[in-house]
Amino acid sequence: MKARILVTLKTGVLDPQGKAIEGALRSLGVDGVESVRQGKLFEVDVQAPDAGAAEATLRAACERLLANTVIETYRIEVGA
Amino acid sequence: MRAAVIVFPGSNRERDAGRALKRASGREPTYVWHTQTELPDATDLVVLPGGFSYGDYLRCGAIAARSPVMEAVRRHATQGGLVLAICNGFQIACEAGLLPGVLVRNAAMRFVCRFQPLRVERADTPFTSAYAGGQVITLALAHGEGNYRADDDTIARLEGEGRVALRYCDADGRSGSAADPNGSTNAIAGILSQNGRVLGLMPHPENLIDPLVGGTDGLALFESLAASTRVAA
Repeated sequence: MKARILVTLKTGVLDPQGKAIEGALRSLGVDGVESVRQGKLFEVDVQAPDAGAAEATLRAACERLLANTVIETYRIEVGA
Repeated sequence: MRAAVIVFPGSNRERDAGRALKRASGREPTYVWHTQTELPDATDLVVLPGGFSYGDYLRCGAIAARSPVMEAVRRHATQGGLVLAICNGFQIACEAGLLPGVLVRNAAMRFVCRFQPLRVERADTPFTSAYAGGQVITLALAHGEGNYRADDDTIARLEGEGRVALRYCDADGRSGSAADPNGSTNAIAGILSQNGRVLGLMPHPENLIDPLVGGTDGLALFESLAASTRVAA
């Protein structure tokens, strides 16, 4: 089963990389971009009997390794 | 002092830590590879050294924090053993939950490599007893992700419980944004665990133990540890 996990910084957490990218877009003349926050995307193949079980596995993966919940949140999309 | 220096793939300051430990205590540490599941018998102190464990993949220290040896380090800490976590070691200790908070990218997006004045906030810890409280010392910085962050409650608790061991400052001991090299909350450079037995810090005391490389202010930290374990033994 294919799944995607999006890990992003919580609101209010400083994102210097996002700020630098934002500045670069502005200097390129890409209009209309108001702000940029950088995150991570994981594409995962997971063996599970159904989508619910896959999500439970991936939730554990996020809590134990993929996200640092002090500063990050995550979203799991099974079957994406 | 029986010290164990943990070595991860990508650690690079383990020999520097070993040299500082030898100079302060007269005893060579044991180097412990990250796949080990036990520490040497009667280990007094575990050192998590600086470097770039696992190439800083995922997040700095994240993968090292989940390696087999860290279970043994956690047991050691739970039993009141000493842990000194330097630079990447500090990042690993935070990721492992031995210390609260997290170290993120420096606010100015630059790798900082320079000497830095620091204020020793407390001299009544096993790590700092050979300094004077409020003393300004100079250590080396070498990091890209040293920006200490935690939620407001955690910061308030660290400050309230006197668990900020070291703070970035200027040469006169004043903290402020001009003296903060990486954007850390409250200019925090080093923090203690709740039981005061785990110290995590971004600066490198192990690199300032010899006048040949610009100073010896780091040696007292290792001498403090040696003295504290002598008393305990």
